[in-house]
Amino acid sequence: MPLIQLKNVYKRFGRLLVLNHVNLSVEEGQTLVILGASGSGKSVMLKHMVGLLKPDQGEVWFDGKRIDALSDRDLIPIRQQFGFLFQMGALFDSMTVEENVAFPLEEHTKKTKEEIEAIVGNTLAMVGLPETRKKMPAQLSGGQRKRIALARAIALGPRVILYDEPTTGLDPIRADVINELILKMKRELQVTNVVVTHDMQSAFKVGDRLVMLYHGKFVFDGTAEQMQASEDPIIQRFVRGEAGAEELASLNESSV
Amino acid sequence: MPVAENHTQSWGICNIPSVYRQAGRAPIVCHNPFAFVSFRRMPLAFAEKVGRRTSDTFAAFGDFFTFAGRTLGWMMISGFRWKNIRLLFPQMYEIGARSVPVVSVTGAFIGMVMAIESYAEFKSIGQEAHIGSLINLSVVKQIGPVLAAVMVAGRIGGALTAELGTMNVTEQLDALRVMGSDPIRFLVVPRFLTCVFFTPILTIFSDLMGILGGWIISVFLLHIPNGPYWANSDVETWQIMEGISKSFFFGASIGMISCYKGFNSGAGASGVGRACTESFVASFIAIIILNFIFAQMLKEMYIALYGYRGIFG
Repeated sequence: MPLIQLKNVYKRFGRLLVLNHVNLSVEEGQTLVILGASGSGKSVMLKHMVGLLKPDQGEVWFDGKRIDALSDRDLIPIRQQFGFLFQMGALFDSMTVEENVAFPLEEHTKKTKEEIEAIVGNTLAMVGLPETRKKMPAQLSGGQRKRIALARAIALGPRVILYDEPTTGLDPIRADVINELILKMKRELQVTNVVVTHDMQSAFKVGDRLVMLYHGKFVFDGTAEQMQASEDPIIQRFVRGEAGAEELASLNESSV
Repeated sequence: MPVAENHTQSWGICNIPSVYRQAGRAPIVCHNPFAFVSFRRMPLAFAEKVGRRTSDTFAAFGDFFTFAGRTLGWMMISGFRWKNIRLLFPQMYEIGARSVPVVSVTGAFIGMVMAIESYAEFKSIGQEAHIGSLINLSVVKQIGPVLAAVMVAGRIGGALTAELGTMNVTEQLDALRVMGSDPIRFLVVPRFLTCVFFTPILTIFSDLMGILGGWIISVFLLHIPNGPYWANSDVETWQIMEGISKSFFFGASIGMISCYKGFNSGAGASGVGRACTESFVASFIAIIILNFIFAQMLKEMYIALYGYRGIFG
């Protein structure tokens, strides 16, 4: 049985149909990469998986349980099995790094101060930033902030980690550190990863399975090799990073 | 992404498909020769606009009351657990302790101004010794509580909206939700409770300083003898309590409105900025309207309980 399932999901924002009859199954232990242009609904799909957004139509299932109709309170035990890495990290900027990572532990476990401190130490070591404990998020670089956010996301020992554009806004070397971390999460914690990105290099490196979202629908589902070999012009252009006639039309129109 | 709806339909405001606008293409085609503005559609469009505005307004009200209901719900369920009580202390410091100077200073100056402005009138009827009763009564019943609430709305309401709005824009509220912590319990309840309980305390400061300011000016600048001033300065416990009891409601509306506006701020710096402005304006209007309602209600209650009594006994 797949761990996460989206069945016939539709989502509309105003007049814009963002998800159009989306079906997706994520198997346990898999690293799934969701590709697509900016604004194509990738993050929206990720937010459906944890109930931050509800589908207009369709169903969302997690571990054999339907979750799209649950209230925030009923979602709490479900959400504890997820770690969510937000695009900008979303660290609480009124708290130190240590307090940020300890936050989910203090909220949901009955662990003692010493136990929490030990876990915080371990998770910070895991993302390679043990020396930042006492710093405030504002004192960290973008890449460091994402790594701390990842430490916070794994503090509760989740089964699934969702990454919302983990490498966006980072230089290629920092981006690769994040890629290595995603691989490390899978290797050492045996988690299921769902990565939303438009960074092809990152996608090919971390993904067991790649899907591509285009105008609210999937146009590709397969491995990295299959994607590179694909003849489909939409996929080809995305892989090579070339704008097509549709994208360039807007440039021509404004110059008239 | 939305496709141009219907290229040939041209009733209504003349809908020129973008392809026709491009140079070198076919000339503009409108099937209805009078289609620049359709008079048949105008009243309909207007009605539609009014209808949409009305339903949006009601929806926003509904949204606000749902928000308020959830805040009260969380307060009942878990407001008294240590885990949640400890969240109150930083707010008490920020909202309560740090507002004392500004509230005191405004209170004192208002008392002083009251003394200066009313002195001539009282002197003209030879009743200047009674000036204290007017100052103190105005201060404890109206100016003290309203001014303290307005200062709280400005100082705290704006800051709360900005803080929560920024958290909303940077996905920190979503991060809380994803970690299974309701942002209403974690963020709104402590801020709301502090506003409810600290606005009355700040009102007491404002009252005290107003009375002190009025006394200083009357006795030391206007040379009203100290004994007669205080002899005619009584206010009843009822009148003090009137001011303090309504300030609980002022605090509640400030807390709720500013948190709601923060949670629903638009994207980006301009969205947060706009939310702050709206939050202050809405809190201010709520205070003024509540104050009017309380003035009428408490007056009726007072007359029913004690009968009518004026300043001059």
